[in-house]
Amino acid sequence: MTKEKFKKAIDVIGLPRLIVFCFFIAIVLTAYFNDIDVPSYFSSTIKYWGMWAVLVLAMIPTIKCGIGPNFGVSLGIVCGLLGTLLAIEFHITDVVNGMLPGFGPWASMGFAIIISIATAWLVGVGYGRVLNMVKGSEMTVTTYIGYSIIYLSCILWFRAPFGAPEITWPLGGKGVRNMIAMDGSFGYLLNDAWGFYIGGEKGIFIPTGLVLFVLGMCAIVHLYFKSKTGLAIQAVGANPNFAKASGIDADKMRIKGVAMSTILAAIGIVVYTQGFGNLQAYTAPLQMGFICVASILIGGATTTKASIIHVIIGAFLYQGLIIFTPPVSNKLLAGTDISDTMRQIIQNGVILYALAKAKGGSSNE
Amino acid sequence: MENFILKMDNIQKEYFGNKVLKGVKLHVAPGEIHALMGENGAGKSTLMNILFGMPVIHNTGGFEGTIEFNGEIVTIDNPQKAMELGIGMVHQEFMLIPGFTVTENIKLGREISTPTVASGVFGKSLEKLDKETMASDTRKALDTIGLDVEEQAMVGGMPVGYMQFIEIAREIDKSDMKLLIFDEPTAVLTESEAERLLETMQSLAAKGIAIVFITHRIDEVIQVTNSMTVLRDGQFVEHLQTKDTTAAEIAQLMVGRKVEKLVDDDGEDTRNIKADDIVLSLKDFHVDMPGEKVKGIDLDIRRGEVFGIGGLAGQGKVGVPNGILGLFPSAGEIVFDGEKIDTTKLGDALKKHIAFVSEDRRGVGLLLEESIQNNITFTAMQIDDKFLKKYGPIRLYDNKKARAHALEMIKQLDIRCTGPDQLAGRLSGGNQQKVCLARALTMNPKLLIVSEPTRGIDIGAKKLVLELLAKMNREEGMTVIMVSSELNELRSLCDRIAIVSDGKLTGIFTPDASDAEYGMAMSGAKGGNE
Repeated sequence: MTKEKFKKAIDVIGLPRLIVFCFFIAIVLTAYFNDIDVPSYFSSTIKYWGMWAVLVLAMIPTIKCGIGPNFGVSLGIVCGLLGTLLAIEFHITDVVNGMLPGFGPWASMGFAIIISIATAWLVGVGYGRVLNMVKGSEMTVTTYIGYSIIYLSCILWFRAPFGAPEITWPLGGKGVRNMIAMDGSFGYLLNDAWGFYIGGEKGIFIPTGLVLFVLGMCAIVHLYFKSKTGLAIQAVGANPNFAKASGIDADKMRIKGVAMSTILAAIGIVVYTQGFGNLQAYTAPLQMGFICVASILIGGATTTKASIIHVIIGAFLYQGLIIFTPPVSNKLLAGTDISDTMRQIIQNGVILYALAKAKGGSSNE
Repeated sequence: MENFILKMDNIQKEYFGNKVLKGVKLHVAPGEIHALMGENGAGKSTLMNILFGMPVIHNTGGFEGTIEFNGEIVTIDNPQKAMELGIGMVHQEFMLIPGFTVTENIKLGREISTPTVASGVFGKSLEKLDKETMASDTRKALDTIGLDVEEQAMVGGMPVGYMQFIEIAREIDKSDMKLLIFDEPTAVLTESEAERLLETMQSLAAKGIAIVFITHRIDEVIQVTNSMTVLRDGQFVEHLQTKDTTAAEIAQLMVGRKVEKLVDDDGEDTRNIKADDIVLSLKDFHVDMPGEKVKGIDLDIRRGEVFGIGGLAGQGKVGVPNGILGLFPSAGEIVFDGEKIDTTKLGDALKKHIAFVSEDRRGVGLLLEESIQNNITFTAMQIDDKFLKKYGPIRLYDNKKARAHALEMIKQLDIRCTGPDQLAGRLSGGNQQKVCLARALTMNPKLLIVSEPTRGIDIGAKKLVLELLAKMNREEGMTVIMVSSELNELRSLCDRIAIVSDGKLTGIFTPDASDAEYGMAMSGAKGGNE
């Protein structure tokens, strides 16, 4: 291969994706040769890939409508947590199980998702309005909003008048506790649905329900961007002046994109919570925005172009690294906590790389 | 033999194979005001860039011809050289720093300084500024042009007229100024300011400084200049003494009658255009488009005609279509086919089947990173719900139908491309324009508005585009409004041509009206033979 061809190939694949991919392969090989249980870690990777994929999917609408990666997915996450908490609060699982045995968890999750979508839509429209006021510096503003909403939600969780004993602090009193078990509602619902092992009990576990749900969400987003509104959103992202000359209200489309991103984030955290088995309130989702942005960028997206395939690849590579690094580093560098450092370097390094590659402001109106 | 301070002879200049100056000469005598006249694109700015040694000239392969200044052949390869020779330029866009005082702006780069201890060690950049001398120099320059402003005042926030005068003061403060170029200085000034500027120019000329005055306002030229050079399409037309000519003659020389025929129109004209069948009517129409303001226009467009809107750049002709389409805020009434168009509602004109091809092809007209097919089908899909297929409650993009239509358009308009999936940004200018036209035609418009349809495309493509417009009009009966800076183009295609100057209509002409009439209308005089 000549030097030029080599350069072109790297350009197509993208340098960060290439480095991360090679690193991932190296880690997996190292794990294999150090007698680490590779299949079980692969199972975890697939599980976490499914848990994160919808959250990463939330990056697509904002990138397509020209705003760039949405560091403020935490807004949608808070809405999703609220929906989940309400589903627990009203004991939807038990109520429905009483009427239709076995359908309780599904109804509960459905309820959580519907409430999440409704609140996320309202919040997303407001968020979109704010972003229309700050054209050109959306990424900075989404970062600030993403952080501050988490602290605002802390006050909400602390003061919210929930009554269900699973939610309130064990010692009594008001407010949401730190970590709420999902066993009584819809914990592990999708993960366990139609799950099976490849290669026996010691093999790789495929969480069929989760995978199907993720692929379904991807299909919905894909089709949405083939609809009239979806195409209009993309035109606004590509050239707001062109969109305007075709009679499209650019600001309105940007609001739609942001609202959709927020809704996807809300659904994403519901999926994440069921897979994690516990609902994490307070500052737990603080870094989630960064992880989502890093994931889609590793997948090959840029701040102006993204597709579903970037989401699928990016979420897998990112989670794969996070899951395989600790056992390997513990084996090779016993006594150090290098894995979280690695995560930080990769996550923030990839974001920095993508921003450095971005040309000009995100808004050229 | 007359005595000239500046003699530019046989100047030729090419930009990427496109000849913009074809053997131009410019002779200026000391102490005279010499007008350099021509339409947009006649080559005035290029000629002045050559004289001033601007980098844009030398970065694009230099020029041919000779420059003789003050009796000597000179090579001017950078602006510093021009300044050393005593050539100054007052720019069209102000080159002033708002946060600096008048003195600082005038003396920028030519500060007067006195040595200090530090400068003895570290060099000249640490010398102390001689503020008093600088201020008194500035005062002198300001007094020369009669500008009553504090020399220590900040430039930021001053009226535009003041800034223009400070620019001039900066030039005349340079010692030994022999030739001063004014590039359309009155364009941004109010009437009284312009008057003052002309007086200033006269007093400078009286001191022996030669002035080259670039403008398209014929009345100003008649008022102050001694002689003039007229350019047209990069060609030298005439060197005239102002006292020997008239406004009408100047106008005619500027516009000129070109022999090339842009549209082969041998078909018989079977159209039946009635003067009282109005398809579009504008009443007291204002558009707030930066740089192309429209300040109250009344127009009636007849059904089935090709209507031209001409005028010089920046006079507001481009604002008219952009206002109708609602792309810039507008006021006044638009009635299309008996219905009012609400310009505050984006896309209202499109919904009523007025299609628009923008003058800014790459900025507004195309999605450069998208395929030809998407570019062609997008607007019709958004406005008329074409190319959408129903799947229950949702409607998705119908790729099959869109592809078939795109292929049809590519064939019909002869768009040279690798296929409908090629990115629009990769096409040549002429083919990009055809894609824009294809998108407009996909709307099945009752009225097609094209703005600068031939800007930046080569002569062959130009002809194709114009012929296509003629065909649409003759065969489909489509009413066409064509906005263009190229009068020749308008005259070869239009039934009637309106000239816009300073945001107002100066007249509606038939294509065979004389050059002088057009020229006068373009420079702001009321006229019209329709």
